Amino acid sequence: MASVRTFHLPHYPAYPVQVALFKDVANAAFLRSQLLEANPDFDYAFLDATMILTPNHLLSATFLALHASQTSRTKTRTAHSELVFRLHPNNNIGESYRKFGISDTTTHLIAVKFSLTPNITNESVSKHLGEFVKGESVAIGEEGEELGIWCDVGKVRKVYKLGEEKKTKKGAVVNGNVEMDARKEIESVVLGMITLKGS
Amino acid sequence: MAPSADIAIEPIAPIEPPAPLAPLHALPPPFTDSNLEVLTQGAEALVYKTTFLTPATPCVVKYRPPKPYRHPTLDKRLTKTRLLAEARVLVRCRKEGVGVPGVLAGDWDNGWLVLEWIEGMTVRKVLDEWADKVKRGDKKEGDDEMLGVMRKVGRAVGRLHDIGVCHGDLTTSNLMLRQPSSSTEHASPLFQHRGHQTVSAMREAAMDGADGSEPSPPQPQSELDGDIILIDFGLVSQTIQDEDRAVDLYVLERAFSATHPAAEPLFQKILTSYGESFKGAKTVLRRLEDVRLRGRKRSMLG
Repeated sequence: MASVRTFHLPHYPAYPVQVALFKDVANAAFLRSQLLEANPDFDYAFLDATMILTPNHLLSATFLALHASQTSRTKTRTAHSELVFRLHPNNNIGESYRKFGISDTTTHLIAVKFSLTPNITNESVSKHLGEFVKGESVAIGEEGEELGIWCDVGKVRKVYKLGEEKKTKKGAVVNGNVEMDARKEIESVVLGMITLKGS
Repeated sequence: MAPSADIAIEPIAPIEPPAPLAPLHALPPPFTDSNLEVLTQGAEALVYKTTFLTPATPCVVKYRPPKPYRHPTLDKRLTKTRLLAEARVLVRCRKEGVGVPGVLAGDWDNGWLVLEWIEGMTVRKVLDEWADKVKRGDKKEGDDEMLGVMRKVGRAVGRLHDIGVCHGDLTTSNLMLRQPSSSTEHASPLFQHRGHQTVSAMREAAMDGADGSEPSPPQPQSELDGDIILIDFGLVSQTIQDEDRAVDLYVLERAFSATHPAAEPLFQKILTSYGESFKGAKTVLRRLEDVRLRGRKRSMLG
């Protein structure tokens, strides 16, 4: 059994989102091959956790993917692939999978599953993932802060073409605070870029 | 060629306007009436407050409803270009570090945009309250705090113009003073109670000082401490022409003199800090003199 957190997005209460977080994943190559074979049992969005900046980063893309699938304006085949696609600033699906999706060397993994049908519940996802993902399941808190802990900010900056960090902060601020503020700033820009993509 | 009298001529009936696809003043899905609060309504857009992503995150939804009197195709295209123009500029400003609300989500085809919620009050409200205080004799006119706010306004507008963006509708209602994050828990949403609160906050601060902990600044100062956030980019344009920049300032000046006649000296402070904010600012100020003489619509000549 893997620990799965259910998120209820405001305005889409009918479609909860199941999110699970793993570390030290050993069989990323297997999971990826299942995706490539389009095995319907493995219809998940498997994401590289180092590319997810904050919980809002993930949830925003999730909302947009869900919205696109509900208004039948998806660019990809499923809501789950739409989520991976939505995260990337460009309109290239393959590129999005290379950057944000699972790769053979991924060790930190986020699995997202939309409950589009009622038979997909927290338990069913938890059971299925617990069976097939070889890794340590990490519990996600109420706010989902855990989703951002393994983020590689440098990589995220590069993908969204944000350039190098500017030294704008004055001293006399607590170290952790600066880091969080900087992340909030990046998050805000990134959310805008995700929203604007493809327009 | 007058028609003969015995042929009855039907008067040409005006074409029925097409029925709008969705009822007006109702947000398109996924938004529902629950958990929505109307903030304001303009000629083009309705603005609501709701939550986004998590139930604890407030946000603003700006919805441009379809106009029933326009051809649907044209209507879609206008709505889309206007929303996109606004969103693109907001993201660009955010990237460059100008104080604007971030874009959280949007749907061009359905005409809505979700923006970050800014906690605070408009500069217009700040000025109103300040004018009240002056009238009651609590504050004097050339107040340092207020001058500080004006300096920040000038700097914020200067930053905006520096990156080649002109707001197009710069008024005191479209400028917000963000509540400093540290004082969020102290401040009450009801501004009438502010007076009591500041007293208690000051007492608290005094007690803190007596305890020998770090001296926290008295609350009344931090009230006007926040950043200036520019809102409502519905009429924004990306231009680096001095004329447009000067017109922005001119509109702001007129808004100032119309709503706060007593505050007019404060506007000088905005102009001085604007003048120092970026390289081409001085020429903009010179152009402002011209605009003042003729009004903002130069292109109306001839």
